[in-house]
Amino acid sequence: MTGLQLAALILVAVTATAVVLTPDALRQALVLGIFGLTLTLLFFTFQAPDVALSEIVVSTVGLPLIILLALRKIREQERSRNHEEDK
Amino acid sequence: MSRRARLAMFALAGPGLAVVILIGMHGMPAFGHYHGVYGLLINKIEVPERHATDLVTALNFDIRAFDTLGEEFILFASVAGVALLLRKLRDEREATRSRGIEDHSFAGASAGLQLASLYLIPLLIALGCYVVIHGALTPGGGFQGGIVLAAGPLAILLAGRYFAMKRLAPERMLEASEALGAAGYVLMGFAGLIITGVYLKNFLPLGTPAMLLSAGMIPINSIVVGLEVTGAFLVTWTEFLDQELIVQRGEDT
Amino acid sequence: MSFLPYVVAAWLFFIGLYGVVSSTNLIRTVLSLTIVQSSTYLVLLGVGYRNGGKAPIVADIPTSSKLVDPIVQVLVLTDVVIEATVTALLLALVVQAHKRFGSVRPADLRALRD
Repeated sequence: MTGLQLAALILVAVTATAVVLTPDALRQALVLGIFGLTLTLLFFTFQAPDVALSEIVVSTVGLPLIILLALRKIREQERSRNHEEDK
Repeated sequence: MSRRARLAMFALAGPGLAVVILIGMHGMPAFGHYHGVYGLLINKIEVPERHATDLVTALNFDIRAFDTLGEEFILFASVAGVALLLRKLRDEREATRSRGIEDHSFAGASAGLQLASLYLIPLLIALGCYVVIHGALTPGGGFQGGIVLAAGPLAILLAGRYFAMKRLAPERMLEASEALGAAGYVLMGFAGLIITGVYLKNFLPLGTPAMLLSAGMIPINSIVVGLEVTGAFLVTWTEFLDQELIVQRGEDT
Repeated sequence: MSFLPYVVAAWLFFIGLYGVVSSTNLIRTVLSLTIVQSSTYLVLLGVGYRNGGKAPIVADIPTSSKLVDPIVQVLVLTDVVIEATVTALLLALVVQAHKRFGSVRPADLRALRD
């Protein structure tokens, strides 16, 4: 196993722990983007360029965008619900 | 069940599962010592038989094309599910939310950001088309290129102009592209069935390896799947964005 | 050292499962499911790797050189794209559940109660 693969594996493990232990859902979405980048590095060191190509766009652009939009929609629905209760 | 009960059950069952996994890992070959036969066979026979230099894309669209058919339809069904869940319900209406959207710029996008995304849009679309078409030659193919292509109109959203993005990629066109991709793959299979008697068999001339028009139906399958993946991702993003920016509660006035 | 990819995959599986079990917000559950899915990619790619093997693209290297297994890469490749779409489906479910029940805590979602 080359040194680069070892470093990539350790990075993946550390970032995954960081994703689960982040308390706020908004920050978790951003750390998930970083986790995708470390996974891409890992796929690259495992001699899999095709897989790295698809992982990089999906995980840095596709997924955090959807999570952020879902979070905003939920926050706004809560705000309008509180509004109606106050009235 | 409450969170504490769940954690207690996890603390009980977790070590058992860990022991089972560790015992199972002993049976696996050590990392780097490859024992399979199929992979070695593919490496030997693929270029003489299929004339494609990218083994992964040749496997995806020719040798194991039937699996790609199933996975493509998983994608299709998930996007149909998202579109169904986020449809406009009876007690909602579509109205633009803030003043900013009406004069076509929102989220405080500065001039630098708008200029940067102006450069990004043609780059992403050109790169996406390149990766899709050269699937049989270099790392790439329908799935990878489709996503890069879908990120092109998203750069318009980055500049703060959501309605310009909807004009470049209107919903009807995205849904048509996705349906065309899914149906096109099935029809390519039927063409193989009619011409050679086997569903999804390569029936076009194979050409010379490493030229653009080679490997038979692999570039065409790649383009078709690229259309489907682009349509799928853009439909998903548009559904979520519409929920956030346009759909509101309250009856249709 | 030769089992490290599998150990990291098992660690990802467990930490993702812990995230699912201990989450108070449905969105955190969905994100921890993503971590569990990534452990399968590691196992698949770890099985197919050969020492000294190169990437399975023979455009500019001789066809008889040592290559890593391309079949597992096909499986992981399509899986990555599908994971994103299925996560989008789950998040759409969470948004609609919040519209109906008014909360994203798993303990508050009992449909048969009201």
